[in-house]
Amino acid sequence: MQRCRIFMQELVRTIKYESDRVPGFGNEILKVPGCENLQSCIQCGTCSGMCPLSIYMDFTPRQIIELVRSDFKNEVLKSYTIWLCASCYVCTVECPREVHITDIMYELKQRAIYEGYYPNHFPIPTLAREFFATVYKRGRVTENFLAVKMILKSNWLDMFKSWRLGLNLLSRGRFPMKPENIQNKEELRKILDTVDKVSIDTLGGISHIGNGTKTKTN
Amino acid sequence: MKYAYYPGCSIQGTGRAYEESLLPVLKELNIDFEELEDWNCCGATAYMSVDEIKSCVLASRNFALAEKFGYAEIMAPCSACYLVLNKAQKYIETSKPVAETVEKALSSANLKMTKKIKVRHPIDILLNDIGLEKIKQHVKRPLKEFKVATYYGCQLVRPYSTFDDQYNPTSMDRILKALGATVVYFPIKTRCCGSSLTGTLPEPGLFCAYIILKEAIKRGANVISTACPLCQFNLDGYHDKIEKKWGNVRIPTLYFTQLMGLAFGISEEELGINRCIIPLNIQSNQTVSA
Repeated sequence: MQRCRIFMQELVRTIKYESDRVPGFGNEILKVPGCENLQSCIQCGTCSGMCPLSIYMDFTPRQIIELVRSDFKNEVLKSYTIWLCASCYVCTVECPREVHITDIMYELKQRAIYEGYYPNHFPIPTLAREFFATVYKRGRVTENFLAVKMILKSNWLDMFKSWRLGLNLLSRGRFPMKPENIQNKEELRKILDTVDKVSIDTLGGISHIGNGTKTKTN
Repeated sequence: MKYAYYPGCSIQGTGRAYEESLLPVLKELNIDFEELEDWNCCGATAYMSVDEIKSCVLASRNFALAEKFGYAEIMAPCSACYLVLNKAQKYIETSKPVAETVEKALSSANLKMTKKIKVRHPIDILLNDIGLEKIKQHVKRPLKEFKVATYYGCQLVRPYSTFDDQYNPTSMDRILKALGATVVYFPIKTRCCGSSLTGTLPEPGLFCAYIILKEAIKRGANVISTACPLCQFNLDGYHDKIEKKWGNVRIPTLYFTQLMGLAFGISEEELGINRCIIPLNIQSNQTVSA
């Protein structure tokens, strides 16, 4: 009996229910520039068939589209799918209804980072945020420094798995020793800071996460 | 006309062989260009996952700088830069709030964007401004031994490319044929190479790279040509890990500009061919036959 109860607690319901929805989520995404065609999806599955990474995804791109417009916010933002998207744009080009699936994925990634939905030490969002911070600091990105930072912040033991690649790059002069900088860093920072100040009003009521507010999450 | 050369971050870091080969090729063909002064990172795909509007703003600063220094066209050799610059332009054109935000942000640093600066890829410039005839005239050592799989990658032709077909691009094929190389039938020429996933989630990322390498060998190629620093990195740098998982698929991956340079008779050292992790071994036969 005891055993049975423990087993029951670990079971997860596989069918989604009305109560799992977060009403209004689909409409929010719909208003974002680039995501307007979300409603015209006919669920044909061309995107999932063309996607080179759908074989690794927990929800296929077709399922993500349906989940988004049916307001299943938690399921979408917690999924691995949005992080597996490598933005190769094959779905966007092939879609017969011109749904900009890659742009929708970008919007979902932005929300997942902003609202803290991704698992801790998960390397892809960590890379994105490190990239973001490096651009603000230096104006340019030096990939090897970025990769080292990402590994240290996500799973530092991975460093040992990459020693051979590092050595190969080093011996062929492809491993810069100094991070690159632009000269006019102040100018760039001023421009980026202005976006934080103005865009919330300018985007008039659209709860667009890409308005710079998310830069404060750290 | 003078092009503003926008190198991008990768091309001066891990992908520096691209720049090393691109510049002598452009000089050989007398193309007038100048590096855009104090250019900044375009943001690539990672930045867009955090903040799309700021990524437009980042790209626009480069446009504003190009306008300030009086250029009409930007030459972006990296696929990601090419896509992001085009995408930013498209967003600014189609969405008024985005355009207003960008304008306000730029004006805080006394920069402005009034006219449209055209973004062009070197392949576009070579094919449409220079022309195949002129390229043929410069060929000193035809690439007879080379059986090339032309790998375009994703972001070069999708979704904003203006110079080639999204489904079956042929521009690089035509350039390489003009150099005397054999271009093999390569139907997955625009399939994803795994992008940054190779570093973040190795299993799916490396599998994408493996498929391309395997297919190129299956189609009888002895070299892959690419136009993107990240594609070159993924197809060239991870052979030890791929070999462990799925078997040997060793084939060198070069930038198309390196192949052009070889055909123009520029030395291997100058073109940075020794920077490839998988060495090019067709070269020795080539020099004997030439």
